[in-house]
Amino acid sequence: MKIEGWILILVFVGLVALIARPMGLYLTAVFDGRRTWLSPVLAPLERGFYRLSGVKHDSDQDWKGYAASLVMFSLVATLALFALMQLQHLLPLNPQGFGPVAPNVAMNTAVSFVTNTNWQAYSGESTMSHLTQMAGLTVQNFLSAAAGIAVAVAFARGFARRGAGQIGNFWVDMTRATLYVLLPISILFAIYLMASGVPQTLAGSLQATTLEGLPQDIAVGPVASQEAIKMLGTNGGGFFNANSAHPFENPDPWTNLVQMLSIFSIGAGLVIMFGRMVGDERQGWAILAAMGLLFLIGTGIAYWSETQITPAMVAAGVDPSLGNMEGKEIRFGLSASALFAAVTTAASCGAVNAMHDSFTAIGGMVPLLNILAGEVIVGGVGAGFYGILLFAILAIFIAGLMVGRTPAYLGKKIEAREVKLAVLAILASPLAILIGTAIAASTDVGRAGILNPGPHGFSEILYSFASAAGNNGSAFGGLTANTDFYTYAHAIAMLAGRFLVIIPALAIAGSLAAKPTAPASVGTFPTNGPLFIGLLAFVIVVVGALTFLPALAVGPVAEATANTLN
Amino acid sequence: MLKHVRPAVVLLALFTLLTGLVYPLAMTGIGQAAFNRQANGSPVERDGAIVGSSLIGQQFTRPEYFWGRPSAAGAGYDGRSSSGSNLGPSSQALSDRIKAEAERYGVPASDIPPDLLTASGSGLDPHISPAAARFQLARVAEARGLGENVVAGLIDAQVETPSLGVIGEEQVNVLELNLALDALDRAPN
Repeated sequence: MKIEGWILILVFVGLVALIARPMGLYLTAVFDGRRTWLSPVLAPLERGFYRLSGVKHDSDQDWKGYAASLVMFSLVATLALFALMQLQHLLPLNPQGFGPVAPNVAMNTAVSFVTNTNWQAYSGESTMSHLTQMAGLTVQNFLSAAAGIAVAVAFARGFARRGAGQIGNFWVDMTRATLYVLLPISILFAIYLMASGVPQTLAGSLQATTLEGLPQDIAVGPVASQEAIKMLGTNGGGFFNANSAHPFENPDPWTNLVQMLSIFSIGAGLVIMFGRMVGDERQGWAILAAMGLLFLIGTGIAYWSETQITPAMVAAGVDPSLGNMEGKEIRFGLSASALFAAVTTAASCGAVNAMHDSFTAIGGMVPLLNILAGEVIVGGVGAGFYGILLFAILAIFIAGLMVGRTPAYLGKKIEAREVKLAVLAILASPLAILIGTAIAASTDVGRAGILNPGPHGFSEILYSFASAAGNNGSAFGGLTANTDFYTYAHAIAMLAGRFLVIIPALAIAGSLAAKPTAPASVGTFPTNGPLFIGLLAFVIVVVGALTFLPALAVGPVAEATANTLN
Repeated sequence: MLKHVRPAVVLLALFTLLTGLVYPLAMTGIGQAAFNRQANGSPVERDGAIVGSSLIGQQFTRPEYFWGRPSAAGAGYDGRSSSGSNLGPSSQALSDRIKAEAERYGVPASDIPPDLLTASGSGLDPHISPAAARFQLARVAEARGLGENVVAGLIDAQVETPSLGVIGEEQVNVLELNLALDALDRAPN
């Protein structure tokens, strides 16, 4: 490991902490419905959207109404996106003349982008027309992220409100998240990316004749506009197959740093927003500290592991001094590649700037663990926040059991209903992951997708279901995922990982919002100090470990200890 | 549920218009006007012909050019098929590929800078390490009949260093380096 690599990692963590507060203040203003400096431009547009869609922006919904709106919106969006992919050959902006996307892949992709997963069972540059990329995939990059933010805001209101039946209005939260947060930042981000070399054109390719006289056909397109929201919305679905490893998506180390920051910016801001909404910003910082602790441990392990070379390289006699550069870009090197892998899986982003499938066994286990832990280390926009609060409820419950009193969090009593719902939400993804992996590993159709045999092949399968159910979207890319079996199995996992978490989370929000807030007393367990931070981190690790240790033992752990080639 | 259909359909349509057409097309307008070269893929021209993109690696096999890293993009540096090898840490196929790649250089693998033996994530990596460039110096200089000090000077001029010491890695853009080599030959003596 190099000192420069560690400085980069620490600078990154420091910058995230710097961004969190201003972002949190801005988010608080947006979702309290206050005027912001963008209101003169956006408020008329916002009102027009409500008028045309018949949304009563000043009437809040109870949790059932909120959830029903979100489910209906997701359903309509899935159908529309599927139709667009089926009809792209008849529509304009298709300079490559791509045909309709295969129905199973189109279904998988529609579910994937609407659930903010952005799992990609296709290669963007050889499958999707420009219109599909723009009016389909880019749109869902915005809206699935906005829906996630909306749920997080509603969840925070559950703690902030007292004796209320309502948790906000989904349509308003989703609209404001898009108009006031995602779109303005994406515009600035896209301009920066273009200045740095990310293409933005309606042409389909750049035709060149190389110095050795061969033709080179280089795919281009409206990349920058999609790239910006891909990162900011923790979507992760690349314009190109190689995602952020592709020089056109991520041209230099600076764009790489900014992309990593953008993945975390809204997620970190939401935590601070939560603290402000409940009237104690330190509550937010406590959560952020627990996240930061887990993040640094994982990143350090991944970085260290990637400085080693793999058994395959040892067998071929490679000089070990540069570490494992298979699947990594020179301009990012080891530290920025390991850091990106940790960031993209801690958040539910799923963009990659290096190929996780070619990481060392332990280096590749870190991103996998981040996903399996529920992507609560900052987490996806919205999803990470309500994810970690579900763990917080569980941690408070366990603390209550230990001292023998009714647990309370932020003055709200945590009772049987909340704990049951939290456990349901926390176990939904592991169930989808383990059942899906078990079926795939024990059937021929499942094993047929494996690229690398042995324990690593099992890791490819496990990673794919973790990524799908965690709504992450990154992959051990060797797995052939466009078969009927995987497109449908992953789609089911993605739906379970999205809606079986969101719906219980909203139910908890509704239940909490209706409760009175009890004032803190000497018997209250403080949730803004180091004891709570440690307990929260511990609960996350224990739940993740208890659930997944057997599976990890068969995959990455077996591979790391075997030290032989397949 | 039915009362949620209208806002769902109308808002999806409006946001498709705004974020799916207005936003990307406006960005395209800005990009084409303000950052024309970058927005079109950073093409590199020589004598009026496009010879590549400064951001995208290309295949070099002749001895008189510096070679880039192994590429898993299509048959090698295919600009329409970006991809890593995705071969795992204990993959026999990876080990075999590295050995085959080392034979290209005619020396044991342990003597070759490792980036020349490992495929990049995109398959389009435009860079190699300065060590990987210097490793090829003798071959290129001999093939071109140039002094090694001349070629070494070219490499030194092309080495990019990390910004602020920590953002990025030491690297050499292979296409730019080869263009500089060609320019040397083409210069009137």
